[in-house]
Formats: sequence, structure tokens, C-alpha cells
Amino acid sequence: MNFETTIGLEVHVELKTHSKIFSPSPVEFGDEPNANTNVIDWGYPGVLPTTNKGVVHDGIMAGLALHAQIERQPHFDRKNYFYPDNPKAYQITQSETPIAHDGWVEIEIDGHKKKIGIAEMHIEEDAGKNTHATDHSYVDLNRQGTPLIEIVSKPDIASPEEAYAYLEQLRQIVQFTGVSDVKMEEGSMRVDTNISIRPVGQKEYGTKVEMKNINSFNYVRKSLDYEEQRQQRVLMSGGSIQQETRRFDETTGQTELMRVKEGSDDYRYFPEPDLPVLTISQEWIDQIESELPEPPAKRRERYVNELGITDYDAMVITQTKEMSDFYEAMIKAGADAKLAANYLQGDVNAYLNDNQVELQDTKITPEHLATMIKLITDGTISSKMAKKVFKAITKGDEPKKFVEDKGMVQLSDPAQLQPLVDKVVGANPQSVEDFHNGKDRAIGFLVGQIMKETHGKANPQVVNKLLKDSMNK
Amino acid sequence: MTEKISEDQVRHVAQLAKLKINDDQLPYFTTQLDQIIGLFETLSEVDTDGIKPTSSVTDQVNVMREDVADNWNQRDGLLASAPDTQDGYIRVPTIIDESGENE
Repeated sequence: MNFETTIGLEVHVELKTHSKIFSPSPVEFGDEPNANTNVIDWGYPGVLPTTNKGVVHDGIMAGLALHAQIERQPHFDRKNYFYPDNPKAYQITQSETPIAHDGWVEIEIDGHKKKIGIAEMHIEEDAGKNTHATDHSYVDLNRQGTPLIEIVSKPDIASPEEAYAYLEQLRQIVQFTGVSDVKMEEGSMRVDTNISIRPVGQKEYGTKVEMKNINSFNYVRKSLDYEEQRQQRVLMSGGSIQQETRRFDETTGQTELMRVKEGSDDYRYFPEPDLPVLTISQEWIDQIESELPEPPAKRRERYVNELGITDYDAMVITQTKEMSDFYEAMIKAGADAKLAANYLQGDVNAYLNDNQVELQDTKITPEHLATMIKLITDGTISSKMAKKVFKAITKGDEPKKFVEDKGMVQLSDPAQLQPLVDKVVGANPQSVEDFHNGKDRAIGFLVGQIMKETHGKANPQVVNKLLKDSMNK
Repeated sequence: MTEKISEDQVRHVAQLAKLKINDDQLPYFTTQLDQIIGLFETLSEVDTDGIKPTSSVTDQVNVMREDVADNWNQRDGLLASAPDTQDGYIRVPTIIDESGENE
């Protein structure tokens, strides 16, 4: 029997606002437990929430970036549940009127493009964080009230690979709007998945299984792979799938039962009485639309078509908005497009990885890097010398001045190099003979001799040409 | 009187509300809740055709504050009012983590 797979993803994204969604407490990470909380966050009797305008703004912005329709009269709803990370015993979220609906994300797999629909996006508050010990549990409410957007895909995803591609695109699109850091490892992006399978040709979807809080895109793909296979085995052996929540064990690569799902009626949703309805004007939507930065897909297209770099290079450079903006500033400062792309992916990325820093937190500037590349393309320095210059750039040095101060200028003048060439050719008759006998390696040895004489300053291309000319005379 | 709510539903709702109800009390609360729902059904006599559902009873719209952080520094007072604390955390009886977050 052949099966087809249906996957839906729910992605929570933490917004980078200054204050919480319903209270003015600061949104900060790594502070003392409960330092960023007030009576509203603790759900004290008599307190009233007030909606943070910045959160609504960011929700609209993310909605527009995902080509979604903006809800003009959204309200909030109460979702009731008891859990110690949530002192009010309800979460303020959106159920009836999500801030945006019916958007899409375009993915590409092996040159094949597909649009994955977004059913809805709502804004809501995050809960606090529990730490569990054997004797007690400990509650920190700093995260309580941090704004989130939840992005719910349509069940358009047909394979674990598509799920992975969707998450990659979604992360990039949201990252470029600047409303969130969207980092899985820091919890500012969290993924829940649901997956069902059905025999090909069957109309109704199969029973879906949910998996919560999987902590990398790779594990999302692996857990869906496993679950796809498991469900097939169960159905093939005559069993049936029950609606349940499973967890992914990273060490075994398998999923295991966590709990059987409770019905959504149990949350007893109702309109939030403490918050007035919002009215979003076309004017506000237009204004936010005008603030939207150019999305990653458009940038990639432009880099390939106008700057002539490869699809792969364009993809790597558009991983983050910071990297992409940096690249564009380099081009603007006159750097060669291809070399600029190479340096970002090579030396710059290596430096960021080695030092575990973000590009925007370093002393490297696009202007400095562009100047260094121009020094390479005009022959002033060799790419070998550039290694030293790059190191200086990471310390904030201006490359032109650095090169001059260190006397690092490459020897490219044939008039200066010719006497050296003559000397080396005269001193190594064996190599000259080897060269005439077709041994290409011989010329490498002679170039090496000249580099030694010049302390690495000779321009290897010029030396190569002069050597060949001399020996072919 | 037709039954509007069953004993099973009452038990379920009590469980969601974290209320302990023993089997002796169940018929008592079921009858009461049944009567309350009956009272509310009077509302369904009103003709609401063509009227949009009400999601808010205030006539205010767009009450929002600017995104400016303001720490009220209430941590110490709030912790002092909590039943049990340790190292700045609220200490609670061990809970089974259902979020999957700390797995």
C-alpha cells in the first residue's frame, strides 16, 4: 500500500520588543529570576492589561512579510488552563480573530518551487519558565508576558524535506523584518509539528500525531522521518493511529508517547473582557508595509541576476539580514561582487565561528573589507598578504593605512623583478632544464625562490610570466 | 426537566477547574448547574438574527500603550507575598512538565 504524508507546523516566534505584551515590564534575558515582573505579570487581582502597540505593529509586519491578510478588527481571547508557569490560570491569545490569515511561504527543493499556505498568525503572551528538581519545582516569571507570534501552516507540507525547507524560509523572512531574532538555540523560535498519513487516494486525513518543542530544524526533519515510517508500519500491520503527543529522543532518533491529547474545548476559550477590541486602519497597514525591508528571496534574485554570483553564494549571504546588508554595503563601497561573497563565506564566517560573535558585534566594517578587496584586485597586495590585512581589519584597522605602514605593498613592477628573475634562472640550471623537459613543477620551485628573496612581496602572477618569458627565450 | 448537563460533564469540568467533588456531591451540583443553564436559556428567546457576536462590552477601541519598558521593581514585594520562595524563584510542589520544553 502507498501512503501520502500530511504535515502541519506551528511555529512560535518571540518578538524583540522593549516591553511585554500586556505590561510595561522589560523584555530582557538572563536577568535575576523574577526581576522583570510586576503585579500584572503575576496576575494579581484587580490589575488590568494594556496592549503594547509595538506588538500589534510587529504582528502586522510579520503578517505582511508572509503575504497574509491583516485582520482589521482583531480581539484577544482567553485560553484557560492551570499550570504554575502561568499565574493567571489563563493565557491571553487570539482564537477567533487572529491578527493575520491566509499567507504563504515559497519553498524550493531541487529546483522545484512550491507555495506552503499559512492558515493564520496570532499574537499572544508567553508563559514563565519552570525548573524541576526532585523535591520541588521552581518558577521564574521573567518570560511571562513576553510577546509571541504563532504561525500556523496549512496542511500543505508533504514531506519532512518540505517541512525543513519551510522552516528555513520562514526563519529568514521573519529575521529580515527584524521583529525577532528567530533563534532555535535561544528559544526565540520554537516548533511544534503534526503529521498524519493516509493511503493514496483516500479523501479524509489520517489521525494526526503532535510533537512539541523540537529544538533544531534537523531534529524536526528526523522526527518527522521517523514518525512517517512508524505510522506506516502501524497501519500496514493492521493497527490504528491514536491522537497523541509524542516526544523526539535525540539520542535514539525515535519518537515516544508523551500523552494522549486533550480536546481543545477543554481550554474554554472566550473573548478577553479586560482588553478592548482593536481597529487597524489601512493607513497604519500601508505605513508598516513601507517600512518592510526587501525580503531575502528578492535579494537572492537580484544578487544572481545583477551581481552575477551563484545561487549558492546568494543563499549563504541571505541567511541573515545583517550579513546581506553588510554585503550590499561592500558592493556599494566598490568591492568585486564575487570576491566579496567569497570573503564573507570564508574568512569572515571563520572569524565569527572561532570567536562565537555576530557580524554586527565585530569591528569589521563593510568599507574596510571592500578596501582590502580593491587592494587585491588592483594588484597592490596578494591574497596571501590579505590574510594579515584581514586580521588587522578585525581589530578595526584601516586596511590602506595598515598596508602602507607595514610596507606590505606587493612587487608587481617587471623592471624591479627582472634582475631577480635573471639571478634565480642563472643560479638554477637544473630547474631550467627540467622546465624545458616539460616538468611544470620546476617553475613552482623558481617562483618560490623569488618569493623567498622578496620576503613574500613579489606578485606571483607577474613572476610567473617573467620566468616563462626568460626561459623560453 | 430535561437534562442539560450530565454527571460526567460536571466531573470533567470540576477536574478542569481543579475542584475536588466526591461522588455524593455529584447529583447535588449536577442539579444546580442544570438549573443555572436553564436560566441562561431564557437568553436564547431573544431574536439575534443578523446581529454580530459581541466580543467586548466596553465602547473603547484601540487603547494601546507605546512600547516603552518600565520596571516597577516589585520583585521583592511579590516574592515576599508568595507562599514559598528560594533564591528569587517561587518554590512550588514538584510538577510534571507537560510542555516538553525541559525534556
